[in-house]
Amino acid sequence: MSDHELRVSKIRNGTVIDHVAAGQALNVLAILGIDGSAGESVSVGMNVPSGRLGRKDILKVEDRELSPSEVDVLSLIAPEATINIVRGYEVVEKNRVERPDRVVGVLSCPNHNCITNANEPVDSKFAVLGEELRCEYCGTFVRESFADHIDAS
Amino acid sequence: MRHDHLISAAQLSRADVEAVLDRAAEIDADPAAVRERHAGTVLALCFFEPSTRTKMSFDTAMKRLGGETIDMGSVESSSVKKGESLADTVRVIEGYADALVLRHPSEGSAQMASEFVDVPLVNAGDGAGQHPSQTLLDLYTIRENAGLDDITVGVMGDLKYGRTVHSLSMALTNFDVRQHFVSPASLRLPQSVRYDLREAGAEVSEHEELAGILPELDVLYVTRIQRERFPDEREYRAVAGEYQIDLSTLAEAKESLTVMHPLPRVDEIDPAVDETAYANYFEQSHNGVPVRMALLDTLLDSP
Repeated sequence: MSDHELRVSKIRNGTVIDHVAAGQALNVLAILGIDGSAGESVSVGMNVPSGRLGRKDILKVEDRELSPSEVDVLSLIAPEATINIVRGYEVVEKNRVERPDRVVGVLSCPNHNCITNANEPVDSKFAVLGEELRCEYCGTFVRESFADHIDAS
Repeated sequence: MRHDHLISAAQLSRADVEAVLDRAAEIDADPAAVRERHAGTVLALCFFEPSTRTKMSFDTAMKRLGGETIDMGSVESSSVKKGESLADTVRVIEGYADALVLRHPSEGSAQMASEFVDVPLVNAGDGAGQHPSQTLLDLYTIRENAGLDDITVGVMGDLKYGRTVHSLSMALTNFDVRQHFVSPASLRLPQSVRYDLREAGAEVSEHEELAGILPELDVLYVTRIQRERFPDEREYRAVAGEYQIDLSTLAEAKESLTVMHPLPRVDEIDPAVDETAYANYFEQSHNGVPVRMALLDTLLDSP
């Protein structure tokens, strides 16, 4: 067992999100809506050594498997991430994230005058265009810092 | 045109534009022929922002097709004042009308509203976003005066917030048009519009001064430099004078140049220009009625 794996304990059931870019772990938790209020057991390793990334963050979330839409959004801020689904202490599924065509209901539009920021009963919708996102309502582009636009509400 | 709604000029193909403009020309030539064409039809005018030309021309268009209009009135006197969402407002009004015209201060509002109604909805301006029915009457005016292919169009003024510019520039990509955009650096076309123009393969160039390109232009589309957009009055004054048209400015223009403006103007075009053959902005405004008659006729007949 490697040194960094020892820093956070193994989980019985849940998700291990590995190879998250260093410094993004808390944004990943924001995407997942995990703030501890529901009593979830979460282990976070930040800035642990990584052969592939140099430094990386790693998260272990007990009793929680990510939905496809959560993985989609995760791909925006952690494109190198791997998602390991753990059941009975065994990794039963291991997936790399892939950029989706569209991200719905997770990011808020940076254009304050966009109708999606006006308390209307509508989800934000962004088309994924290469490395950029585009609001499907007002056309505004989001090029980077996706984490800044995560609608954690 | 087989669309339920008209939200953005990007929806309009060349065939769509030509169909509406041809229909507008027929109506213009013989308005009596459509006098009862949509008798009994009710059009709802939902204007969350002030409007004179757009609202009155839709009102007139529907009435000249034999239909009627209902008007939600000012925001101050409507249930919006009580905090009702736009989504709820249009769902309620849909029950009273056969089609909706919506103007709203937020970008993307027409797109969102259209997701909540089944009757045709026309975007009559969504913030700094789009104004596609204005574009149709602009295209009609351009076609009447200069044709729509193998022409050079200059668009000058507030290109950043000017929704009529955003719609027009996109619609012109359906035609063989060279587009020149003239504005202060701070009011250049927004990134999203430049992206769409690039994707459409448009022949586009941007300038800070009109003088260099004026002699090439067949059409000059002027918009108001909006003083309220500038954080500093001195900054506004520094650029505003550069973007005004008068007879001396036009000395270098082609004799056949068509000068247009979506109106209202403040001081962008000297009134002395009104009396010249260049001026087409009042004609442009008058074209709003036949073009919106044609648009409503098309949308209401859409399967």
